[in-house]
Amino acid sequence: MKSILNMEPKTAMRSFWSRAGKARRWRAFAPLGVLIVLCILIAIANPNFIEPRNLIRVANSAAVPLTLAMGMTFIILLGSIDLSVEGAMSVAAMVLVLLATNDSNANNYGWLAVVAAIAASTVMGLASGFLQTTLRIPSFMATLGVWFIGLGFSVYMLGGSAVRLMDENIRALALSRFLGFPLAVWIALAAFAVAIVIQYHTRIGRHIMAIGGGEDVAELSGINLRRVRIIAFGLAGFFFGVAGVLAAAQLGQSNAVIADGRLFAAVTAVVVGGTALTGGEGGVLNTLVGVLIVTVLANGMILLGISPYIQQTVQGLMIIAAVALSLDRFNLKIVK
Amino acid sequence: MFAANGISKSFVGTHALKNVDIEIRPNEVVGLIGENGAGKSTLMRILAGTHRPDSGTLTLDGQPLRLRNARDAAGHGIGMVFQEQSLLLNMTVAENIYLGQEHQFTRFGILNWRAMNDASRRQLAKIGVDIDVTARASGLTFAARQMVELAKALTLEESVDRPLVILLDEPTSVLSASDIDVLFARVKSLKSRASFVFVSHRLEEVLRISDRVYTMKDGAVVAEHRSQDVTAPALHEIMVGRGLHTEHYKESKQSVPRSEVIVEASKLGVAGAFHDVSFKIHAGEIIGIAGVVGSGREEITRTIGGFLPQTEGALRIKDASVRFTSPEQAVRKSIGYIPRERRVEGLVMFLSVAENITLADLSCVMRGGAINYKEERKLAVDWIKKLRIKTPGPDAACRKLSGGNQQKVVLARWMTAGSQILILDHPTRGLDVGAKEEVYDLVRDLSAQGIAILLISDTLDETIGLSHRVLVMRDGEVTAEFDASRGNKPDQVELLREMV
Repeated sequence: MKSILNMEPKTAMRSFWSRAGKARRWRAFAPLGVLIVLCILIAIANPNFIEPRNLIRVANSAAVPLTLAMGMTFIILLGSIDLSVEGAMSVAAMVLVLLATNDSNANNYGWLAVVAAIAASTVMGLASGFLQTTLRIPSFMATLGVWFIGLGFSVYMLGGSAVRLMDENIRALALSRFLGFPLAVWIALAAFAVAIVIQYHTRIGRHIMAIGGGEDVAELSGINLRRVRIIAFGLAGFFFGVAGVLAAAQLGQSNAVIADGRLFAAVTAVVVGGTALTGGEGGVLNTLVGVLIVTVLANGMILLGISPYIQQTVQGLMIIAAVALSLDRFNLKIVK
Repeated sequence: MFAANGISKSFVGTHALKNVDIEIRPNEVVGLIGENGAGKSTLMRILAGTHRPDSGTLTLDGQPLRLRNARDAAGHGIGMVFQEQSLLLNMTVAENIYLGQEHQFTRFGILNWRAMNDASRRQLAKIGVDIDVTARASGLTFAARQMVELAKALTLEESVDRPLVILLDEPTSVLSASDIDVLFARVKSLKSRASFVFVSHRLEEVLRISDRVYTMKDGAVVAEHRSQDVTAPALHEIMVGRGLHTEHYKESKQSVPRSEVIVEASKLGVAGAFHDVSFKIHAGEIIGIAGVVGSGREEITRTIGGFLPQTEGALRIKDASVRFTSPEQAVRKSIGYIPRERRVEGLVMFLSVAENITLADLSCVMRGGAINYKEERKLAVDWIKKLRIKTPGPDAACRKLSGGNQQKVVLARWMTAGSQILILDHPTRGLDVGAKEEVYDLVRDLSAQGIAILLISDTLDETIGLSHRVLVMRDGEVTAEFDASRGNKPDQVELLREMV
């Protein structure tokens, strides 16, 4: 992005075209077009959609998916997948409510509870990365296992019931507002900003793209694949932890189902935004658009009074359509 | 001076390098030639630090050198320019040039794009090319990608305080003649600052650019020449080595083809690959195609195998005009394709011998809509006996077989499917001498049974030895046709003249 802006217009134009022709250019902007068209259609069908109150609601319900999807984006850019979203989130939420003021024990660690929650989730991510690189377990299986380890552990610690979060400061993340938006929205935006910096302005971001684009070449260029993978999964765990904290603050409690459906939402957002499942293409900007598409669509369907089951079906259709429309699948030799 | 002494390296089942000595002096371009499988690439990988030798030493300016990976080598000023595939197409030119070296542009963890782009422009300016460093590598031509690779290697100049050694691995294989001129001009102008190792199997090019040439054969360096003292045909003799001793290819078993025409290509062509290719293959005839990489011979086999539809001309298989758009259609027309990458394209490695044999045509072991395992085993046991496949049994997984025996399983499959035309694409690549002879025997038997065979092979020797007739190709055209009937084999030098 930035590099194009820095150049004189003529070079910018040239590099733009050299990015491989009209088809790809069209595709790169397709998700944004879909988002705009979607907003217009919903606004026509039900003008309540563009009321400030509703837009704030959309932003608020996008906060947790956006934070989650930031983590997921890095993993998918690597060409891997992280299924441990729901496990990591529920562990973070569990750690948070049990260490902060709650109705089940006498702990009162305040903001330390938040740090501990995010740290716990980050450690789970690092563990996934470690399993994958050291024991050579494919990310699909490693994170599937970590998902259930995390979920089982957190439900056990909660004693199978819901524990209420009673720390007012932490609850304020969901309840108090700044410039009209709940703090959770601002935190999600901060997470997005951090992700942008990581992807476009740091070495690790560059190396994640390189591994997604061609692991063997990356290795020959002296990149430590193991290190990059472990850090990427740790990073994903960090974002999942932040999302877990936000979800617990919004809900005011932690329970067994706090993370239900979050994996699907995160993967859908990343894919709908145009990040390739094969890795190396796309990024967190795409994911922002993807999250908004998913959230706006869900909001619109509620406004239009569509049955929740049909809503699910539509989301399923959307993820398949997104993959179908994306990129050069026909150049892929083998589909597994 | 960079030198390798007594380097040996073996992989499972093959010894890739045997006691190799080479040295690269300052400001010198060293050519390295040899046929496929002669060990050039393995040697390059050892010099570049990506493989470690089993024995032998590397020395740099007299000091022993241990390279654990590509990064180590780069630290000593040894850079490798790979064939065009080694750029990351999803990243920009600048990102590719400094991949793995971004730390020099990083402050407090944040990467300075502008500095990296500027530095990349300076690197490209060194070789005098004007490529937009913010463009994605996917949009570049092959020639431009090659230049970017060269610039990437030259970045080492800033971090290493000795002249660089740059290894060029088959850099010309994807370039057009004019691009090759450009590349060579760059190499010549950089010679005052670096040494180069240039690997290729195009002898003329090697002689043009190199000061000295090493010739490799069967994993050993067999000759060293100053470029002005030697000619391409002479080098080729050495590279191919063995004179034509006929019985190696079972020439006494070479039968006379029948009169029936099985395959007829007339003015066949694929845009950008080959054109105006006409030939006939009779029942029982073996046609070999000779030519260098890029001559179009690979594409011809792919067209007849159904992977690459022709864009001009006609192809007739047994009196029916065909244009295959998928390999399945070719299989239906009783064409069997025996690929060079047995592990990738030829066999399903974790399936058993029996399952692989019936893969192309299960119908002969189907009974009432279900696979009859007894029949399948019986069939497999028959083939194991007939082709002398060395396997613990029909249920053994194919990955456990040696290369030669795997090749026999592939042949058994096509015989089961009733193939009357076989395409042999480098049928003996990676096989040892004994296994090669068994494959030759088998090819003779098939030909005697009336199977029409189209052959392309790693060595001219093999092509001439096995074939009844040899077509020679260059730049997508057939330049000559030689009779190679029994006792009438043409000389390699004659073919070579038409190839390069």
